Amino acid sequence: MNTAAVSDEDTHDEHHDHGLSDVGYIKIALILGVLTAVEVATYFWDFGILEVPSLLILMVVKFQIVVSYFMHLKFDSKVFTYIFVTGLVLAMLVFAAMGTSMVFWQNPSGCDISTFC
Amino acid sequence: MSEITQDSSPQMAYGRTEWDDHHHLPTNTGLTNEKVTMWAFLGSDCLLFGALISTYLLLRNRVGPSTSGPTAADLFDIPFTSVSSFVLLMSSLTMVLAVTAIQRAEMETCKLWLLTTAGLGAIFIAGQVYEFTSFYREGLGFTTNISSSAFYTLTGFHGVHVSLGIVMLVTMWVLVSGGQLGPERAETIEIIGLYWHFVDIVWIVIFAVVYLIP
Repeated sequence: MNTAAVSDEDTHDEHHDHGLSDVGYIKIALILGVLTAVEVATYFWDFGILEVPSLLILMVVKFQIVVSYFMHLKFDSKVFTYIFVTGLVLAMLVFAAMGTSMVFWQNPSGCDISTFC
Repeated sequence: MSEITQDSSPQMAYGRTEWDDHHHLPTNTGLTNEKVTMWAFLGSDCLLFGALISTYLLLRNRVGPSTSGPTAADLFDIPFTSVSSFVLLMSSLTMVLAVTAIQRAEMETCKLWLLTTAGLGAIFIAGQVYEFTSFYREGLGFTTNISSSAFYTLTGFHGVHVSLGIVMLVTMWVLVSGGQLGPERAETIEIIGLYWHFVDIVWIVIFAVVYLIP
């Protein structure tokens, strides 16, 4: 066991030393704005088979940027990342379970539950 | 001065990061309980929205056996919703600026950004009310068909989250204005900010998956 003496002031100050400067956050917001503009562009121009993959990639990148920088996960304790990612993975499992249910849960007439026929 | 002890046993050392080594708080985890609780809540909220988004995606083009009418996707006004999305995205910037302001003990600046964030949130909600109203006038009510029910439930739940966020932001503004919340409790604003950013990332997913992907 080792002992560390930490003053309340030290603990308080250490909360300030992570994250970006205000200018850094503004730059991040500009990047997010540009990515949103690219997303919206897919509505006005035909991206063909690249439309859905590009929208999904842009969504993931925007999500990652907000979580990493605005929510400070990049600079904070890894414990927060583990907690949040656990919820995120469970949410994706919910989606996968519901998606597969629409494929496999069919009645004998061949009519799946989602069509209400 | 407060004194805390650190256990250097292998169990405690496992998973420690540089951040943990520099942030010593008087809790078992070395993290404040309030912040851990907020992250746990946000993790669980992922499940709520995961279920709602999944439901919408599975039912988006279905109207049911005895109902008819348009689906929400038939009525989307993408340019309008794009502006709303941009407004919510920028509210995340003003929120993080409020957090950095209170950490620097700039209370007036913090109050300004808190109010700006709440205002941008209110603009987003006003846009959602307008969207719902115009959809209703075009014949798409909550019970028109199963697709519309899924759409209103998903976006409505998100709207409720934004509205609760606005209430929290205004409460923070009142506390900061009254001198009841100062730089020593900056983490309170940071925790409210986490909630606000979460609402933003949920909308990032909804905007792409529900509105933009055909």
